[in-house]
Amino acid sequence: MSNEQAQSTFTLDGRRIPFEPGQTIMDAALAAGVYIPHLCHKPGYAPHGSCRVCVVRADGRELSACTAPAAADMSVESEVPDIRALRVAVLQMLFAEGNHVCPACEASGNCTLQAVAYHCGMLTPRFPQRFPRRAVDASHPDVILDHNRCILCELCVRASRDHDGKRVFAVSGRGIASKLIVDAPSGQLGDTDFSADDAAARVCPVGAILPRDAAFRAPIGRRRFDVAPVSRVGDVTPDPDAQWPAVDALEEVTA
Amino acid sequence: MSPGYDPAMAHGGGAAESERIERVLRGSLAALGQGPDTVLQHLIAQQQVFSHVPEPAIDRLVAALGVTRAQILAAIDFYAFLHLTPRGRFDIRVSDNITDRMLGNAALMTQLCAALGVRPGEPRADGRVTVDFTSCTGMCDQGPAALVNGLALTRLDAGRIRDIAALVEAGTPLAHWPQGFFAVSNNVQRPGLLLADLEAREAGLARLFAQGGPAVLAEVERAGLRGRGGAGFTTALKWRFCREAPSEPGHPDKVIVCNADEGEPGTFKDRVLLTAYADLVFEGMTIAAGVVGASTGFLYLRGEYRCLLDHLEAVLARRRARGLLGTGIGAGAGPGGGFDFDIRVHLGAGAYICGEESALIESLEGKRGITRKRPPFPVTEGYLDRPTVVNNVETFLAAARIAEHGGYWFRSEGTDRSAGSKILSVSGDCARPGIYEVPFGTPVAEVLADCGARDTQCVQVSGAAGVTLTPDEFHRVLAFEDLPTAGSFMVFDRSRDLLEMVRNFAAFFAHESCGFCTPCRVGGRLVQDLVEKVAAGAAGSHDLDELHDIAQVLRRASHCGLGHTAANHVLNTLEKFPHIYRERLRRTDYTPSFDLDAALAEARALTHRDDAGSHLPADA
Repeated sequence: MSNEQAQSTFTLDGRRIPFEPGQTIMDAALAAGVYIPHLCHKPGYAPHGSCRVCVVRADGRELSACTAPAAADMSVESEVPDIRALRVAVLQMLFAEGNHVCPACEASGNCTLQAVAYHCGMLTPRFPQRFPRRAVDASHPDVILDHNRCILCELCVRASRDHDGKRVFAVSGRGIASKLIVDAPSGQLGDTDFSADDAAARVCPVGAILPRDAAFRAPIGRRRFDVAPVSRVGDVTPDPDAQWPAVDALEEVTA
Repeated sequence: MSPGYDPAMAHGGGAAESERIERVLRGSLAALGQGPDTVLQHLIAQQQVFSHVPEPAIDRLVAALGVTRAQILAAIDFYAFLHLTPRGRFDIRVSDNITDRMLGNAALMTQLCAALGVRPGEPRADGRVTVDFTSCTGMCDQGPAALVNGLALTRLDAGRIRDIAALVEAGTPLAHWPQGFFAVSNNVQRPGLLLADLEAREAGLARLFAQGGPAVLAEVERAGLRGRGGAGFTTALKWRFCREAPSEPGHPDKVIVCNADEGEPGTFKDRVLLTAYADLVFEGMTIAAGVVGASTGFLYLRGEYRCLLDHLEAVLARRRARGLLGTGIGAGAGPGGGFDFDIRVHLGAGAYICGEESALIESLEGKRGITRKRPPFPVTEGYLDRPTVVNNVETFLAAARIAEHGGYWFRSEGTDRSAGSKILSVSGDCARPGIYEVPFGTPVAEVLADCGARDTQCVQVSGAAGVTLTPDEFHRVLAFEDLPTAGSFMVFDRSRDLLEMVRNFAAFFAHESCGFCTPCRVGGRLVQDLVEKVAAGAAGSHDLDELHDIAQVLRRASHCGLGHTAANHVLNTLEKFPHIYRERLRRTDYTPSFDLDAALAEARALTHRDDAGSHLPADA
């Protein structure tokens, strides 16, 4: 009991969340089994803070939960109407920026962007579609790189650099013209040292990096977010009493 | 000076071409070294000579610096002044701040393009010239302005444009252009506490040598000096944090960075400080180095101020010769002497975001200028993860004088929370644009009277990211507690259409967003599109609601200060000058649910068409 009292906590929508020094609001919440919507964040990866979907209000300040250090007795609001509305607007911007055609996308049902949009209650598109002209890079024997779906979360950049010991990906340009590039004189993924075994091949939250041989192996309706909401399987520590299939079992279905 | 590169030469002699590229590269490698952090400076050197970064140079840099090709391409694509394909031999960029527009830059641009037979942004077929727009070049007090091969042209008018076109057609090297075209005036209209005394006596340094770092730090603390870049962080606290930050075992060195990336539209005071008071700025940096224990210094100079480079290098060389930089500075002069410190000038390459301190550090490291997350803060993990102080040019200047005269002297002006003076860059509709140094707490109205502004409709304080003031707010005072400012002060009289200001700022922020976070990357462009829709007379009141909402998303959810402030001008003008929007609305009561031509927009976008045939007549 004394140990528990010594543990620092903050509140998230009124619920007490314990945390260790150095943990972010996101780390502590996910470890406690409480979901905060996110796209560019992934446990085990350097916090990034670019998608801004995890925006919360901490002691009155709006900031990204994935980069903000937790502090004792901080009061964090997440699932409140105005923060939810802010998230929906950010998601609607992402949907307008790229070419996200869920019914035609192989990632539908496995796509975190789609799942987070459902979770946040985004019901319609809102902003004019930009319809950027982007290429599909099919040069690699095992993986397709579809720039139409890329949301610039840089998870593949970080995975390749920090987990695979390669530097296959980079983000180039600036502003609305920012784009993912690969490290090859030809600009083609097939001419890099990228491998389907890389962490970067499995980290994409959308349908931008697609393994070729897995396409449509799992039928629509039986995919990860078809059978359980992202708030249960989106990097949250599994709840032993969960009525949903465990994440590992699902990955076998989809692999 | 080199007039640049003639692409015609490249097609003929491949071997001579590679030899030239190699020579330039060897020169920059010898001067800058082979650290991965030097990559941007090497790219700038190539760009300056060849009007682009040639492929062979990229291959060589990948091999020499241990950076990836992707990182180099990403940087070239990020910085507005770097290119993969040749620009013209004369690369002309017309400054496009709202103050340049008010002085008629659009007509001059049209005239120049017509005289040279070019389209904006496209090199002429013979490779002779490129004409383009660029963000504010910091010459608002003597505009319309432009850059040619990186050097500033001021006071453009129809006659000068005619002459420039003739010089370009004749292929006259820049060294033989009339030097008056490049004349930059300081225009110090009202010197105050700091600017009244030009003389560099090194008295602040002498005090550091005699009394030691803690004593000088105590004076800076007593002075209550706050950062002059706009955010206003307490300078002494920043220095103390850095002084107390543990050094990394492998990299014991701490770093002093002077932020001379003065990119905020309408500000140009750092240009003047670096021209007339460079010694004081470097003295302030050296004092900071002595206080925190740093031996590495950088001046990050915006690319637009390349014209100051030779002058600054000369000042640095003189200081080295006098023993004010280098090893054993002030040795034997007292307990605060005998330290090592030197300063290197790094150039920027056209990116407003690099004025933000963590983006500036990324750029110093040779990367794209993307703001870092905080914590950690630069004072503990800055340049190459070393403890780093980043201060504005004006802050270092003030620190040098505070070290000389003491904290109480500085506190003799200003308010309790905003000690000392503020150096303003005044431009726009006034009789005497230029530099005004005023005590903090000075009302806006007093500055307007000083600069000879008449019939003023509004003042934009602290640049495009700042605040728009109406006449009934002119009693408000310039101070951190009321109107914090980095110094930009743009005046608009009643003849001006303020929607033109909004259009200019919206385009600026869409262009300058680094693209890292969603709200600024996408929202900035959505704001620009909606403002253009209003300007075209095609908007309904629902569009104004959307504009307001998107602006709020930028302010609340963006990653850094650029995004937080990028839509201030929209929110300010929607509230204070609603008529500039309302009077242009096509429908005020409701927006029709169906507009035949607008309905075809998706089809046009999908087919990448926008020709006349893809549009319906307005009355259809």
